[in-house]
Amino acid sequence: MASWDWEVFCKNTIDGEVVPRCFGSGGDITYLDWMLSAWGWTLSVALLALIVALSVGSLMGIFRTTPNKWLVGIGNAWVELFRNIPLLVQIFLWYHVLPSIFPSLRAIPSFVLVVFGLGFFTSARVAEQVRAGIQSLPKGQRYAGLAMGLTLPQTYRYVLLPMAFRMVIPPLTSESMNIIKNSSVAFAVSIAELTMFAMQAQEETSRGIEVYLAVTGLYFISAFAINRIALFIEQRVQVPGMIGGAR
Amino acid sequence: MELDFSFLNWGVISSFVVKGFFFSIQLTLVAMVGGIALGTVLALMRLSGKKWLVLPASAYVNTLRSIPLVMVILWFFLLIPLLIGRPMGAELSAMITFTVFEAAYYSEIMRAGIQSVPRGQVHAGYAVGMTYGQTMQLIVLPQAFRNMLPVLLTQTIILFQDTSLVYAIGAYDLLKGFEVAGKNFNRPVETTLVAAVVYFIICFSLSMLVRRLQKKIAIIR
Repeated sequence: MASWDWEVFCKNTIDGEVVPRCFGSGGDITYLDWMLSAWGWTLSVALLALIVALSVGSLMGIFRTTPNKWLVGIGNAWVELFRNIPLLVQIFLWYHVLPSIFPSLRAIPSFVLVVFGLGFFTSARVAEQVRAGIQSLPKGQRYAGLAMGLTLPQTYRYVLLPMAFRMVIPPLTSESMNIIKNSSVAFAVSIAELTMFAMQAQEETSRGIEVYLAVTGLYFISAFAINRIALFIEQRVQVPGMIGGAR
Repeated sequence: MELDFSFLNWGVISSFVVKGFFFSIQLTLVAMVGGIALGTVLALMRLSGKKWLVLPASAYVNTLRSIPLVMVILWFFLLIPLLIGRPMGAELSAMITFTVFEAAYYSEIMRAGIQSVPRGQVHAGYAVGMTYGQTMQLIVLPQAFRNMLPVLLTQTIILFQDTSLVYAIGAYDLLKGFEVAGKNFNRPVETTLVAAVVYFIICFSLSMLVRRLQKKIAIIR
């Protein structure tokens, strides 16, 4: 195998010349510039999709624990629909199929479509965790809330959810790390994120190993950072007397 | 836009899609069997308590679990030809990649399954004079397998969905079959929709079966 050549990151992406100080200037970019911007795309897709996933997923998870059979049905259907189609196919549905059936969607940038695709896919998993969290609470908590004259939404808001959300932080942490990994699928619809960068830079520079190592390292760092942030949140909101939010 | 599915007759399906469907199934089965075998070894290594076995197995599992599958597919597609000195087809490369990758996930399931067997069972095995191998093979693993069977099957359904990611290296799988058919008839929207429906039907019915099995096993326990 040939020796390392990390200088590849300092090369100009157009003429392949090594640029001093590694960062491009005056509109020219180096591979390092490109990779950092790709990292930014990966993080933006992942974090925005996470927001979608957590809000929609929580809502669907809550629906599935209500006494209303219509809401339960909607929640169940949602989870089954988004869990049983591969993520890549879902991304294609958002990117190719929806805009051609609903022409008004054509004005929406593909970045937004991917965020919703990834977000809804992950929301099915979040809904599972939130449902499990609510159902793991003793039934008496719900009855106690209702017996005190709280309405059902109030029971959820003040009694069930504050506990349930703390308990599902660990599984939601691993979903958040998964969403960083899963955002790599966005390469298939030409979002300029890390995997897309890896494929194109590998082809242009023939320095696949260096490029892939750097990209893999950035995925590691991103997932690790999410892990630390989640741990911090988990400790901050911990209920005294409970074992670290465990079941 | 008007959707038009009329071009999708059996002739089109059999000439474009069936080949890809069989590859997806083949890839799933190969990676399942290979991944469970390798995963069992990894899980036993991690549970052995011997540092020189635990460390490499943990490193293997943790590394693969923190890299996106697409990147792993790309890594193997790049590295295998460099190591063996000649190019390798996308299909074969995918099979090796998925076996190695899924082993990390299966091994975590196996580890949890093996740990769910009470320690007393192991001691009982030793007490009647069995070796480590016999205790594992005759006492622990049969019980562990039954405990984790539903989870292993669920992971296999996820594996089947993930096989669509061989798109990254251009292997001809179920999704690719639909894509090629769509390109040939200039109906990519319809074929993507049908692909989604086909994946949904397969995965939904399989997960229903797993759920049923889970109930059955729960009663036996």
